Amino acid sequence: MSSNLIDDLFIFMLACFIGFEVIRHVSPLLHTPLMSLTNALDAIAVVGAIVLVGERKSEFATVLGVIAIVAATSNVVGGFFITDRMLKMFKSSRPAKNTGGNK
Amino acid sequence: MNPELAGSQYVIEIIYLIASALFILSLKWMSSPATARHGIWAGEIGMVLAIAGTLLHYGIVDYKWIAVGLVLGSGIGIPLGMVQMTAVPQRTALSHAFGALCVTLVGTAEFYLRTPNVPKFMMSVLSMEVILGGLTFTGSLMAAGKLQEILPQRPITYKGQNLVNFLLLAVAIASAVYLVLHPEAKQLFPLIVGISVIFGVMLIIPIGGADMPTVISLLNGYAGLSAAAMGFVLNNKLLIIAGALDGSSGLILSVIMSKAMNRSFTNVLFGAFGQVQAAVAGGQEAKPVHSATAEESAAILSAANKVVIVPGYGMAVAQAQHKVRELYDILTKKGVEVRFAIHPVAGRMPGHMNVLLAEADIPYDRLIEMEEINGDFPQTDVALVIGANDVTNPAARNDATSPIYGMPILDVDKAHTVMVIKRSMSPGFAGIDNPLYYLPNTLMLFGDAKQFVGAIVRELSGGH
Repeated sequence: MSSNLIDDLFIFMLACFIGFEVIRHVSPLLHTPLMSLTNALDAIAVVGAIVLVGERKSEFATVLGVIAIVAATSNVVGGFFITDRMLKMFKSSRPAKNTGGNK
Repeated sequence: MNPELAGSQYVIEIIYLIASALFILSLKWMSSPATARHGIWAGEIGMVLAIAGTLLHYGIVDYKWIAVGLVLGSGIGIPLGMVQMTAVPQRTALSHAFGALCVTLVGTAEFYLRTPNVPKFMMSVLSMEVILGGLTFTGSLMAAGKLQEILPQRPITYKGQNLVNFLLLAVAIASAVYLVLHPEAKQLFPLIVGISVIFGVMLIIPIGGADMPTVISLLNGYAGLSAAAMGFVLNNKLLIIAGALDGSSGLILSVIMSKAMNRSFTNVLFGAFGQVQAAVAGGQEAKPVHSATAEESAAILSAANKVVIVPGYGMAVAQAQHKVRELYDILTKKGVEVRFAIHPVAGRMPGHMNVLLAEADIPYDRLIEMEEINGDFPQTDVALVIGANDVTNPAARNDATSPIYGMPILDVDKAHTVMVIKRSMSPGFAGIDNPLYYLPNTLMLFGDAKQFVGAIVRELSGGH
């Protein structure tokens, strides 16, 4: 049990370093979509809620779990959806000139 | 568990491993607009795999309520994904609240399922999960309310506010510590959750609109850390990794934002601008300003070679970005080089201006970061400030008594001509007077941003 927790701490530490390295290279241009994307990824917490509800250990846990699934799923769906909408809008002037006959 | 059931656990772990890799790739591809959309695909595939894999979990005996939750959540998520781009800051705050709600509820349920047999380390992370989750939940709801203007945007301060906040947090942490040491004292748990929820509200009350970029980032970081804590409680490595990625992303963004305001975290959270404003507002006197009409502005703009447009939150409020795009088009057609100067804290969340201008179809290579464009202002003919105030205030550079002294700003005052579109001379949102408006090379264009830019566009297109 405690060795599991130690493993988890190592994983957490490594993931933080990867996070810092990867995020540092994100262009400030994309900070808003970055935030909505990490928010969608963070909603992976839904898996905890799914197990909680599926196990049906108590009524109380099931009720809280269902609300949790609703909240997290709305983040997954809404988060990916809006991030995609945002990124679709970012166009460079160079390819736009090649394809655009709208002069 | 029997060995046969354990088999499905291995499958789930492998799926989680793949999903973790996809999540990291997803963020890595966000580094450039060219690859960013691959990033979404990677994230989506990872998410679908992880959820499908979780459904294989041996402990799940009933799928009905899971399905209900997933369907309802998707139903809420779709409209939340379709909001207007100007509403993105409040939508983001709301989604931090939802994420934190999920984590807090699962944490609470896990506590009551396990109590009183909760090992010390487990109880520590569980407390961290619900404290961070609880305060992020209400804090983000407050932030969303302020951004949506349901709640007053001005900072609300009172005497001893910081003391009250510190005490609240201290009581929550002390109760958590006691509960770790005395697992049988389970009546403390609701107290911990309750105080965290109240603390979240108290924390955001003194925060004004201009500080929102930092606060949203910080809440983003807290939401991530609470999810990581949940991963420890459930021994779920995918959750730890996703939480750590989200947490580090939020923390990096808040560091960038507070640096761009020359303030520390603690200053943003505990040093509301409110007190300073009162002092500044007293010393106002009428100073002469030069104003110009749309016709005059159009003439100056069309005679320019290099124009830099400085957008701010006021542009978003006036919904002027599409008119700005028309101005960009017409000036570009006339051979004027038009670029946009983006201050990191312009708007209400990190990158807010970039999204609004991209939505108006302005190519992203025209959007230039502060450090990159500041050196170009002395060679700029016209700097056109639309709805930005503090980020152009030269007092930040040369007036040590100014509350924003030391904040990095866009050096628009160094341009040959500065034009500022503004409704009136009343001091802006943060209540700080801007000496830029009284400079001899500054022209004030009084009016609504959208109408004024529209009028300039009409003058420019009508003249030829």
